[in-house]
Amino acid sequence: MTAITEHVAVLRGVEKSFMAGKRPAPALCRVDAVIRPGCVTGLIGPDGAGKTTLMRMLAGLIRPDAGSIAVLGRDMAVESQQVQQQLGYMPQRFGLYEDLSVQENLDLYADLQCVPHEARRERYAELMHMTGLAPFTGRLAGQLSGGMKQKLGLACTLVRSPSLLLLDEPTAGVDPVSRRELWEIVYRQVEEADMSVLCSTAYLDEAERCENLLLLHQGRLIGQGSPAEFSGRMQGRVWSVGLGGETRRGLQQRLVREASVLDALIQGESVRLVMHEGHAPADEAWSKDLQVQAVQPRFEDAFISLLGGVGAILPDAAQQMAQVHPGDGPVIEVKGLSRSFGKFMAVKGIDFHVRRGEVFGLLGANGAGKSTTFRMLCGLLPASSGSLTVAGVDLREAPASARGRIGYMSQRFSLYGTLSVRENLRFFSSAYGLSGKARGARIDWAFERFDLHDVADTASNDLSLGYKQRLAMAAALLHEPDILFLDEPTSGVDPLARREFWQRINMLAGQGVTVLVTTHFMEEAEYCDRLVIMAEGAILASGTPQQIKQSVAGSGKPSQSMEDAFIALIRREEV
Amino acid sequence: MAGSIRRMRLAGLIRKEFLQIWRDPSSIAIAFVLPVVLLLLFGYGVSLDAKHVPVALVVEQPDSASESFIGAFRKLEYFAPVAFPGMPDAEEAMREGSVAAILHLRSDFGRAIHQPGGAAAQLIVNGVNANTARLISGYANGVWATWLQQYAAQHGVQVNLPVLVESRVWFNSELSSRNYLVPGLIAVIMTLIGALLTALVVSREWERGTMESLMATPVSMTEILLGKVIPYFVLGTGGMLLSVAMAVWLFAVPLRGSFVLLMIVASLFLLVALGMGLLISTVAKNQFVASQIALVVTFLPAFLLSGFIFEIASMPQVVQVITHIIPARYFVSLLQTLFMAGDIWAVIVPNALALAVMALFFMVMVRRVSRKRLD
Amino acid sequence: MVASLRRVIALMGKEFLALLKDKKGRFVLIGPPIIQLMVFGYAASFDLNHVPYAIYNEDGGSASRQLVARFEGAPPFDAATIVHDDAQIQPLIDDKQVLLVVHIGPQFSRQLALGESAHVQLIVDGRNSNTALIILGYASSIVQSFNTGRLVTSGSSGPPAHISMRAWFNPNLQSRWFLIPGIAGLITLVVTMMVVSLSVAREREQGTFDQLMVTPLRPFEILLGKALPGFIIGMLESTLVILIAVFWFNIPLLSSPLVLYSGIALFLLSAIGIGLMISSLSLTQQQGFLGAFLFIVPSILLSGFATPIENMPHAVQMITLIDPMRYFMIILRGVFLEGAGFSILLPQFWPLAVIGFVCMSLATWLFRHRMV
Repeated sequence: MTAITEHVAVLRGVEKSFMAGKRPAPALCRVDAVIRPGCVTGLIGPDGAGKTTLMRMLAGLIRPDAGSIAVLGRDMAVESQQVQQQLGYMPQRFGLYEDLSVQENLDLYADLQCVPHEARRERYAELMHMTGLAPFTGRLAGQLSGGMKQKLGLACTLVRSPSLLLLDEPTAGVDPVSRRELWEIVYRQVEEADMSVLCSTAYLDEAERCENLLLLHQGRLIGQGSPAEFSGRMQGRVWSVGLGGETRRGLQQRLVREASVLDALIQGESVRLVMHEGHAPADEAWSKDLQVQAVQPRFEDAFISLLGGVGAILPDAAQQMAQVHPGDGPVIEVKGLSRSFGKFMAVKGIDFHVRRGEVFGLLGANGAGKSTTFRMLCGLLPASSGSLTVAGVDLREAPASARGRIGYMSQRFSLYGTLSVRENLRFFSSAYGLSGKARGARIDWAFERFDLHDVADTASNDLSLGYKQRLAMAAALLHEPDILFLDEPTSGVDPLARREFWQRINMLAGQGVTVLVTTHFMEEAEYCDRLVIMAEGAILASGTPQQIKQSVAGSGKPSQSMEDAFIALIRREEV
Repeated sequence: MAGSIRRMRLAGLIRKEFLQIWRDPSSIAIAFVLPVVLLLLFGYGVSLDAKHVPVALVVEQPDSASESFIGAFRKLEYFAPVAFPGMPDAEEAMREGSVAAILHLRSDFGRAIHQPGGAAAQLIVNGVNANTARLISGYANGVWATWLQQYAAQHGVQVNLPVLVESRVWFNSELSSRNYLVPGLIAVIMTLIGALLTALVVSREWERGTMESLMATPVSMTEILLGKVIPYFVLGTGGMLLSVAMAVWLFAVPLRGSFVLLMIVASLFLLVALGMGLLISTVAKNQFVASQIALVVTFLPAFLLSGFIFEIASMPQVVQVITHIIPARYFVSLLQTLFMAGDIWAVIVPNALALAVMALFFMVMVRRVSRKRLD
Repeated sequence: MVASLRRVIALMGKEFLALLKDKKGRFVLIGPPIIQLMVFGYAASFDLNHVPYAIYNEDGGSASRQLVARFEGAPPFDAATIVHDDAQIQPLIDDKQVLLVVHIGPQFSRQLALGESAHVQLIVDGRNSNTALIILGYASSIVQSFNTGRLVTSGSSGPPAHISMRAWFNPNLQSRWFLIPGIAGLITLVVTMMVVSLSVAREREQGTFDQLMVTPLRPFEILLGKALPGFIIGMLESTLVILIAVFWFNIPLLSSPLVLYSGIALFLLSAIGIGLMISSLSLTQQQGFLGAFLFIVPSILLSGFATPIENMPHAVQMITLIDPMRYFMIILRGVFLEGAGFSILLPQFWPLAVIGFVCMSLATWLFRHRMV
């Protein structure tokens, strides 16, 4: 098949725009790319970069406005039906029929792919074994966990071994353990069946798992090559800075504002520093008294560098104020907290506390009970037993005024879509009881601080994801809450917006605001002062990121990533 | 080989659809529970006939003449007469709505009856519901005509009425409104199953993203469409059989035409409805919007403009023209004829032809609009 | 208290903005009412006109021609098809070309001249029993007026008694007068239910409901913030429809607007209560929509809007007692056509108030308990 050309897929000058309202919005601009056979190609970019559009074009579901696409040696404009016979495509929500059982889903896709009946039994057994779904064949797909759905979706696309496998964000919203298992399955296919795979993802750390990368940003292909090629360009520009006597956050805040610094991130008990080209920490005045050590660059460093660094997006530092040290006594206290749904115990008697001014992380696999816990803390769900206090009260029973002390931001940036930015801010400020001059002042503050002037009259539905996130955060902060609840606040936003977001969080924590955050991004766990990892309704580990990593490694290497620690913890629990 | 491959894909799609129908309570509800509820409501609850209408009787001077006149009213099941002592009371009762009409015999009734020109009985009806009022006055006239004949026979008087009306009602001699409401309702039910349900399930596939993964497989668009049309055609036929069975056995509506012909025209209509449903879902791609469109475009016209309740001939010219593009119009006409009148080809052929043309039109439209692409 | 009021007002403001800024939302408020009013106003009517009919006159005399002329001049009847043969009648009716055949026998004029009673046969298509009855009524009254005319001219004595008919409240018996006030109720119900029953579900779908719950807004304030826009929109909508009914369709409004608006207010209480119940139970807009649909259809069928409640079987009549539309229909028609005041409508007002109160209480209860 690959005899015709050496590439599995070739895109030449591909352009596509969709109508957004009355004017066309470009989704892809002049994309030229090739996908190599027999390996895993990663399609990397934030939400809205054009990944899905590109995937659908390769699957023959969208036709480009200009340019040509050839897949498996055939022109998609004329022979898409033939290509689809050798193609496996898993769309974003896995394309499963939730009211059919696992077996029925497999049967359907086997029928559609015309897998002969005699070959099915063997193939099913193989797939079920590989995905670990064998015990659940009779269960409805809708009743599977997120990770299992994702594996079933994959099994359905693999029911007849395709030549090219297209996976559109297969790992979105899935916990690290399931993600790792999925990658293992994909790699086995590449090795055993000589399959070519194109996999899109918003997780930059997954880029390292691919052999070849396509980088998309705002519809443009900004880079193509292997992860090593990308990170190779950053060689000698990445450093690890020891804390000295400073707090992690204080040091990071200081470094990130230096002109020669491209990016600065908290990582364990150090700050990871990426320098602009031609600069080295040793040349700079600020590096005096700092322990600076060269480290291996990662793909993400290259991506940030391609996007021009974080300097442009930093919120202004005028309000940088006196550091408040965490430890002024617990603001959130949870004791023996349980919640059951019918017979199912979602949360099984957990204890933890959060101190004032702390950034506290709540991590866990899908279905580990972290969202249940989160909802109980916010007062959205009553606890079955145990006690919980937020600022001294249970929000569920507390007078409404107590809720005026908390801010809440959900993972979908819940905004009123048809209302403009200004109207959203006006509504939320009134809902939090602000009025008159105070209200006007806070709305002005939000426009100023979150740089929303340009979009003041845009309906929030039409905002880009980054702006939505900003607006949601502004809305949650209008009433100057003491405690901020953030539910997966950064899912899907691009790495720059994510950095900007954490910059703000760090500043808030510096002012003494307590922040409780759930996340799927393990690197974000590093930014937390302390965190708990949950599994099956119980707490597996708690402490600072460093403590957690050490508890797993024993006496070993403390430099392993948070993700490894998380997976090791979960696996240890399963054994 | 190619044929067997196509069969395998189609069979897979159809099996999937049936499993989904079976597991989704709302499909079952729309296909079987809703028809039963609607038929029961219309069959038992809703009737345009007036029976046991409460009538106030005000007789100012009771005597044998007024007695015999009133007696005629008491005998019929259409009226439930209540005696009132005087007009003020009766008028008050009418304002309160406890009686729908007043029959007023003045004190000179007994005397005037023997004089030339005769006596006048005054009937005052509550005209608010014009339809009921008209029915009441019609019934009253009937009562009067019967009384007249009796009176003439008893008194040996020659009643000189120049023209006597002799009416014959064909097809529905007992003039039961159930006989025409129930067949008409079947058209509404078929519209619901065919268009609303299909629009909902197809747009659900778009909404949940399963359509996308179907399209990325080698399945052709025709197969996807057939995979929807066949199961819902079967479901609709099931609903049709259920409705016909209820109409015939529960409500005793006569089925004078042939059953086979009935099922053939029902199939034609079902194809039209399915075509509309598929078209709506292709345009809407979202369950909420699809249900709104389906309601406005298919359900309401089937209810109001099909001749099901309101006579098309009496609508303004513009509205009458519009009714020609409403498929339910043809089906209602076919149903009422097949049930009550029989196999009347002059009605069946043009209406069935109209349905066939519409079915073809919608199916071709659906095939043209549905492309195996997302943009 | 002031703070609470301010929060409710903010929520109401947001509801209106969200509803009116959305093209679909605006359409739901304006499109269906106008369409329904026009369709019902013009298409939905039990009155007949342009009735196609045929005349089979076997008699050539002047008397029969006079009778035929009366039919031709009558408003509900179109130009007649002339039939010359018995065999032509059946296909005409079978094929729905005519709904009525007037058959005048060969002896008609002769019998009349002799002073005997002559017969005229009316053959009606009974497929639509209601139409058949009305046609018979029209035709009989034409024959009757022919009779009266002859009796007056011949000076002979007529029948010993006759019925003189008078209709109160709607002297010309136009069914439009009956249907249009009902539509005011119908539209008020549909719009209010749509606005209210989707409002909470929409927020659940967009995820903003949780956002609301963590603000200092109390559940009761949220409920109020959702109910009041429905109330205001219901009021405005019914006002619009009433204005069109009075000034476009010339329906008389005999009673005072005060009575009318008291009735609307009480009815809205029930409609909003039911809407909020559906809203608290449904997780998606789809469910909210189906729920509203499942309530609206039977409540209209059982309200006496098109078909009289008195004709329903006793058991069904019992069910109509819990249908708020039933009372509202009587109030509307009473206020419009009968000039009914508070004292006459009291038996309608109090059940409506009870239903409204029960629905609102249930909605509040459900709302608090579904917040988990």
